[in-house]
Amino acid sequence: MRVVGVSKRFGKKIVAVDNVSLEVYDKEYFSLLGPSGCGKTTLLRMIAGLIELSEGEIYIDKEMVNKLPPEDRGIGFVFQTYALFPHMDVWDNVTYGPKVKAWEESKGESIGREMLEMVRLYERKDALPHELSGGMMQRVALSRALAAGAKLLLLDEPLGALDAKIRLELRYELRRLVKDLGLTAIHVTHDQGEAMAISDRIAVMKRGKVLQVGTPQELYISPQHIFVANFIGENNFLEGHVVKTSDGRIQIELRGGLTASGSDTSVEEGERVVLAVRPETFTIEKGHKKRTNSLLGVVERVRYEGTHIRYEVRLANEDVVVILRPSLMEEWFNTSDKVTVSFPSEKSYVFPYPTRGLREELAVE
Amino acid sequence: MPISSIVKYLDRVSSKPIVRHLIYSGSIVFFFGIILVPPILGIFLKWDTLGEIFQDPSLMSRASSAIYASFAIAFLVASFDLIAGLPFAWFVARGKSRWLNLIDTLADMPFIIPTVTLGYSLLLFWNRGEGVSQFFGGNPLVSEGWLLIALLHFAFSYPAVVRVIVGAILDYKVVYEEAARTLGAAPLTADRTVTIPILKSSLIAAFTLAFSRSLSETGATVIVAGAFENGVVFINNTRTQSQGSMVFVSLILILTASLVYLVIRLLGPRLGMPVKRVWPYAERRLSHFRVRIARDSLTSVVFFAFVLIPSLFIVLPIVSALTSGTLNQAIAGVGVWQGYWQSLLLSYFVATVVTLMNVLLSLPMAVLIARERWGAGTSTMLDVLSNVPLIVPSIALGASMGIFWRNFAFIPEVALIIFAHLSITYPYFVRAMVGAIERVTMDVEEASRTLGARPFGVFRTIIMPLTKYSLFAGTIMMFARSVDETGATLAVVTQLKTVPVLLVGWVKGTTVPMATPLDTALGAGVLVLFSFIILLVLRLVVRGRY
Repeated sequence: MRVVGVSKRFGKKIVAVDNVSLEVYDKEYFSLLGPSGCGKTTLLRMIAGLIELSEGEIYIDKEMVNKLPPEDRGIGFVFQTYALFPHMDVWDNVTYGPKVKAWEESKGESIGREMLEMVRLYERKDALPHELSGGMMQRVALSRALAAGAKLLLLDEPLGALDAKIRLELRYELRRLVKDLGLTAIHVTHDQGEAMAISDRIAVMKRGKVLQVGTPQELYISPQHIFVANFIGENNFLEGHVVKTSDGRIQIELRGGLTASGSDTSVEEGERVVLAVRPETFTIEKGHKKRTNSLLGVVERVRYEGTHIRYEVRLANEDVVVILRPSLMEEWFNTSDKVTVSFPSEKSYVFPYPTRGLREELAVE
Repeated sequence: MPISSIVKYLDRVSSKPIVRHLIYSGSIVFFFGIILVPPILGIFLKWDTLGEIFQDPSLMSRASSAIYASFAIAFLVASFDLIAGLPFAWFVARGKSRWLNLIDTLADMPFIIPTVTLGYSLLLFWNRGEGVSQFFGGNPLVSEGWLLIALLHFAFSYPAVVRVIVGAILDYKVVYEEAARTLGAAPLTADRTVTIPILKSSLIAAFTLAFSRSLSETGATVIVAGAFENGVVFINNTRTQSQGSMVFVSLILILTASLVYLVIRLLGPRLGMPVKRVWPYAERRLSHFRVRIARDSLTSVVFFAFVLIPSLFIVLPIVSALTSGTLNQAIAGVGVWQGYWQSLLLSYFVATVVTLMNVLLSLPMAVLIARERWGAGTSTMLDVLSNVPLIVPSIALGASMGIFWRNFAFIPEVALIIFAHLSITYPYFVRAMVGAIERVTMDVEEASRTLGARPFGVFRTIIMPLTKYSLFAGTIMMFARSVDETGATLAVVTQLKTVPVLLVGWVKGTTVPMATPLDTALGAGVLVLFSFIILLVLRLVVRGRY
């Protein structure tokens, strides 16, 4: 599936999707990730043919499908609300695709049975949608899309309406089914944890644009955009300006006269920058210690979060950084403890200071 | 006492359970005592007169034919309403043309025209020389009788049916249709197998509405019926000659209409779609753009040719009346116009009293039904009973009510008209308010209570603002229906005449002196104009608040 220069405008002012190009490989589990209103569902619905494009081209199996109605695109679509037909039982829902495509009755029935058995709901085939739990409805919706012979599965927040625990269980089942059946899937979600856990690759979107496409690891370790660095996982952002560059290493003077170093070749001396350091990258020690990129501060808040302890440390320049340390770590710190926090330069990222301002660039609304 | 003190007082007393029970009980007493029981009891009070009709075979034969005609026409009209209204509603709700707003507005036009006026307009258009008949050698294209009645009922019920279906289509979650399309269904297949079955309850409601309106409509029907008799025309023709016949037909119409309503209500939800098979290739062809254009064009032609143009045809003789001396006679109030202005005043006086009384006395009933204050069973029973005046032919209702209230000689005739109109208009307001209150989730009401609001405070600050549109719409509907009411009024009056009753007399030539067609057209036009002005003023007064 290939999307080339696709845009969608509603009226003259609203640009929901802005010149997006991306490619989804055969049998790949691909996610469109972004905050609400970023255009990911609009893009998915354009791929399905449910919304007309303003510009661009969409190819499925090398065929341009811009003019094809949804029923001719060979896709399966799982809606956030599942859209199970309320007046049909589970069996009629699942065999609807084969029926409207005029497949032989026996073929439709065997596929319907196969799909329902696969999601372990054959024994509930006579139930009406309102008699099922959320998780069951999700599985029926999935089997219905698959029974229609879809090779490209489009999933619009398919786990969004489920309880947290069931969501965690079903995300892996979803991936397993897609992989077992050799399908290509495009999954829309605003939950970065879900996207990371389920996807081969992810496209992060904001304000109608794709900011970065990569594997979960690439997005986490090498974010190319400050929004991606913030949206995937958690990050501390320290403002400063470059005072020295040499051999790919840069010296940054942070607010309040603190200094730190990072590795980047794209910024110049004097440029205003933002240094991003993930909370788990920091080390924390009591007292005043001389380390690379060491910053002095006071522990302001301590929270136990199960696998981690979360510290909020106020630095000498009044910035607050968040530090995550394993809860099994021997040394614990208390509020008001004077500490030294430090991080390795190669695990930090340097971004040019956003022209629209840092807060605006990181905003998810 | 300032209003704020009254509000505070009401807030305070509304916390007392006894006060709430008194309000709800008062509403129930009003419903049973004025709205429901008199129309039922009246018939039984004259039970002994039934012998008249059983002893006269020719009268019995006329009555049976009239009852059959009522149901046959109602069924025919309601079926055509659905067949023609569904594609038109689809066109209006789903179309993308910017002209659709105009068509949507035009579809409401027959709503604001009182049915008596509508009836006269259709009579002129289909039957008289100045209408389409002039293109057929001056002979009436459609004679007075069952076909003209059916065309009339189609014209006034079609906009209501379209409005109900458009609302249902707009409320419908389009995601079901999208799901069907992504599973491989052509647009027509998706509409037929998914959308229409989901909209079934609204389609049944639209059918029931058209059916009951056709069964009930009297004033305009009398105008276009000629010598033909359906149930309501029969009652009108025999009410002064044979009380037994009137009682018999009223009883049969009331019982059968209630039975049909009950059957539709009970069996409707279980009714499956008759055709479940799918023809993918044929339906794909029928979903083609050109077929859709042809369907939309055809449905628009039906709307313009059978609803809009006949309904507005009366404008031509009104213009003639304005340019001839008829207007001067009307203003001077001479000749046939002598009693017109008094009748107009009476119509609006009755409508105002009825509207105010019903708003005050039926609101607690709406809350009682919507919020199941006295349990789900009571709520369902009251819900069904409050619909009775809607489904029973108004002249039958009026006839029975007239018999009941005339036992109390001290009650003036104007009060009888008010009682009849209260009964007829009651369900319009209650239905609108029950639906609106049900749409307000209990959460917001409970949130308001937890923040310290007392029951009256919750109603005043939460329910009222959230249901204000329906409150306004229900009030307007009730007022317009009262001004328009003919059947029940005809049945209860002996001296007084509201404008619709007067106009029926003008058209039927029963007044002295006799009214000319220009008089009738102008009389009907003035009624439309006044109704329009009052509704406009009301809208301007509440503008910004609603």
